[in-house]
Amino acid sequence: MAAAGAALAPGIENRLLSPPNAGRIRCSSSAVPARGALVVRGAALSEESRKNRSSALKAVAVKGEAPNLTTAKSGHEILLFDALREGLEEEMARDPTVCVIGEDVGHYGGSYKVTKGLAEKFGDLRVLDTPICENSFTGMGIGAAMTGLRTVVEGMNMGFLLLAYNQISNNAGMLHYTSGGQFKIPIVIRGPGGVGKQLGAEHSQRLESYFQSVPGLQMVACSTPYNAKGLMKAAIRSDNPVILYEHVLLYNLKERIPDEEYVLCLEEAELVRPGKDVTILTYSRMRHFVLQAAKTLVERGYDPEIIDIRSLKPFDLFTIGNSIKKTHKVLIVEECMRTGGIGASLRAAIVDNFWDFLDGRPECLSSQDVPTPYAATLEDATVVQPAQIVVKVEQMCQGLV
Amino acid sequence: MTRSTVGSLARRLFASQPRQAAAAQAPDAINVEIPVPFQLHLLQEGPARESVTSREELVKMYRDMFRIRRMEITADKLFKSQLVRGFCHLYDGQEAVTIGMEAALTYEDTVITAYRDHATFLGRGGTVHECFAELMGRSTGCARGKGGSMHLYKPSNNFYGGWGIVGTTGPLGAGLAFANKYEKKNNVAMAIYGDGAGNQGQLFEAKNMAGLWDLPLIFLVENNHYGMGTAEWRASKKTTFYDRVSYIPGIKVDGMDAFAVKEATRFAKEHCLSGKGPIVLEADTYRYHGHSMSDPGSTYRTRNEIQGVRQERDPIERIKKLMIKENVMREEEFKAVDKEIKQEVDDAAAKAKDDPNPGEEELFMNIYKNDSGLKTYGCDRNMVRVQLP
Repeated sequence: MAAAGAALAPGIENRLLSPPNAGRIRCSSSAVPARGALVVRGAALSEESRKNRSSALKAVAVKGEAPNLTTAKSGHEILLFDALREGLEEEMARDPTVCVIGEDVGHYGGSYKVTKGLAEKFGDLRVLDTPICENSFTGMGIGAAMTGLRTVVEGMNMGFLLLAYNQISNNAGMLHYTSGGQFKIPIVIRGPGGVGKQLGAEHSQRLESYFQSVPGLQMVACSTPYNAKGLMKAAIRSDNPVILYEHVLLYNLKERIPDEEYVLCLEEAELVRPGKDVTILTYSRMRHFVLQAAKTLVERGYDPEIIDIRSLKPFDLFTIGNSIKKTHKVLIVEECMRTGGIGASLRAAIVDNFWDFLDGRPECLSSQDVPTPYAATLEDATVVQPAQIVVKVEQMCQGLV
Repeated sequence: MTRSTVGSLARRLFASQPRQAAAAQAPDAINVEIPVPFQLHLLQEGPARESVTSREELVKMYRDMFRIRRMEITADKLFKSQLVRGFCHLYDGQEAVTIGMEAALTYEDTVITAYRDHATFLGRGGTVHECFAELMGRSTGCARGKGGSMHLYKPSNNFYGGWGIVGTTGPLGAGLAFANKYEKKNNVAMAIYGDGAGNQGQLFEAKNMAGLWDLPLIFLVENNHYGMGTAEWRASKKTTFYDRVSYIPGIKVDGMDAFAVKEATRFAKEHCLSGKGPIVLEADTYRYHGHSMSDPGSTYRTRNEIQGVRQERDPIERIKKLMIKENVMREEEFKAVDKEIKQEVDDAAAKAKDDPNPGEEELFMNIYKNDSGLKTYGCDRNMVRVQLP
């Protein structure tokens, strides 16, 4: 029993160029595993990528470099917010049913400039400035999506979307099911979330904790300009309701991304750094903290495998399982609170599925179960810091936990 | 005073009311007077006080309303014999609202309503069998048995359900109207809610947005005066709903008169499609059953009141009297039609009773739309429950 899309080597063969107006997005598949078998990832790699891989092993941990570029000169440098904007603009140009709804997305250009210039280009109806009424403009986006429009609803801060929880849970997530498959809701709900720089508790929420148990929703988190653009495009093209989590502090991240069009696979995790000592699963801002910690770890002789899980719902258990099979140790580094966060669910999934491959319990570093304080020192103590990651990995590799 | 003198007197008194264009009437056209005047908010003129209909339309309306009535009474029986579980909100007494509305709309217009949706589903072209099968949770139901009483849908006729949360039809309806405007369709969206929902904040938000962007949206309030057990005067500071907002016009209409609802809907549709923005219709109606099958319906209102409305304002009796007066059908013909429809409804219930329950594989189907090679797992994650293409 073969399932398409299951055998992808993450981050490598993801480039897919679907012709405009193609209904389906097909992830290219290098090998199709038999049911239950975990294919060792290395077998699927090309010579070129294998060379890149081995040099990456010895190098200092790379920061989100797109591994599928063969030359460093091609492509263009871009900031993350602009990569999101580029993806959105390309999709709006390609498909006239794509429209954006949110506060200050039009004339103001978006509070984080993700929609800058789009209203001038596509008009006020396609980039709609709403009054401040999250519950009803999210509902409006869902109602429009039911008829087939591909709406992109922006929450100025993800935390505000709590006002629209009923709409997102009952009306977006569950409608395909309760209607027996009669309606699809191709909506994208996006916005910045996560702990920022002293924004206070109400503006530092991690909504992936709350939405993760709504059946029918898909959730992805971007962390680099490359995956931000790819995930934005994939989310818009998907016929399912997708929540795209951006992070307030990552908008000015710079990276070189390909000039040619690419769309990423929504359900896939991204291998950031291959290794053999421990599997570190992370997403969003914590990816960069993990990479920072990895510099220290590599200097001290450790070889962590770092995976940006990207897909928060559903988890890419195929990639994760392959990695755990190799390293036998797993550490989850997340920004959610300890209780009921993504880490909590991921730990349960790992224990259920990969118990036999584990040498010890799956570890998890999460934020504290507190409302995020304003004071800088307290805020730093709320979230995981790179030093804590180093300590934890060392303990795990030395068998001290 | 005979009816015709009242009619002509009314015509003189309300001379400013627009008349039906009499020039294009077919020879067999029947004129129906609308006795209860429309109450208007922010409108100079209201709907016509006279509706032009035909034998065919009258017969169809009677049959449709009677079918709804029989379906709801049968649903009551099915619930009491525990074939229908959970929630069951019945529409009998309010038939004129849905049938009157459908007489003025087409299936290109979009309709969305709340949980009292069995009749609206039928009005939008759904069959009694599909409805019963869904109520009984069978796989032949309109939502494959996975929705239930409150989640009936008919996408082919632009019926967007069937929603359980009070007030949610406002924003969703705004989305439907927005889509019509976006796609430049010459159609309205009709968002239906009740008096109990009338105080929801999201409705005001939706009205603001609809007014701001001139969305072709008709807000229809089915005011049956009770939000479950709470009478409207105990829930609302202001007990009318058509004039709640100072920038959206409204019309209050006798919801037990199918032709009043028809004319009001026709007027509202013209209003919206001429670019004047949204409009609110308040239909003054009544439900004979309680809020749902778990509510006897008599603890917060007297039996005399229910009986009184049934005797004086019943929508089916009203149209029957009209048809007899206009010689459309005789008493014996009514008996035959009633018997036929009762049989049709009973047959549908019997057929639905024998339909199979959904199989176990249905549990994990339709969680996601299959378009990207997505695998859906059971909660133990070990087994792939759904094979995707």
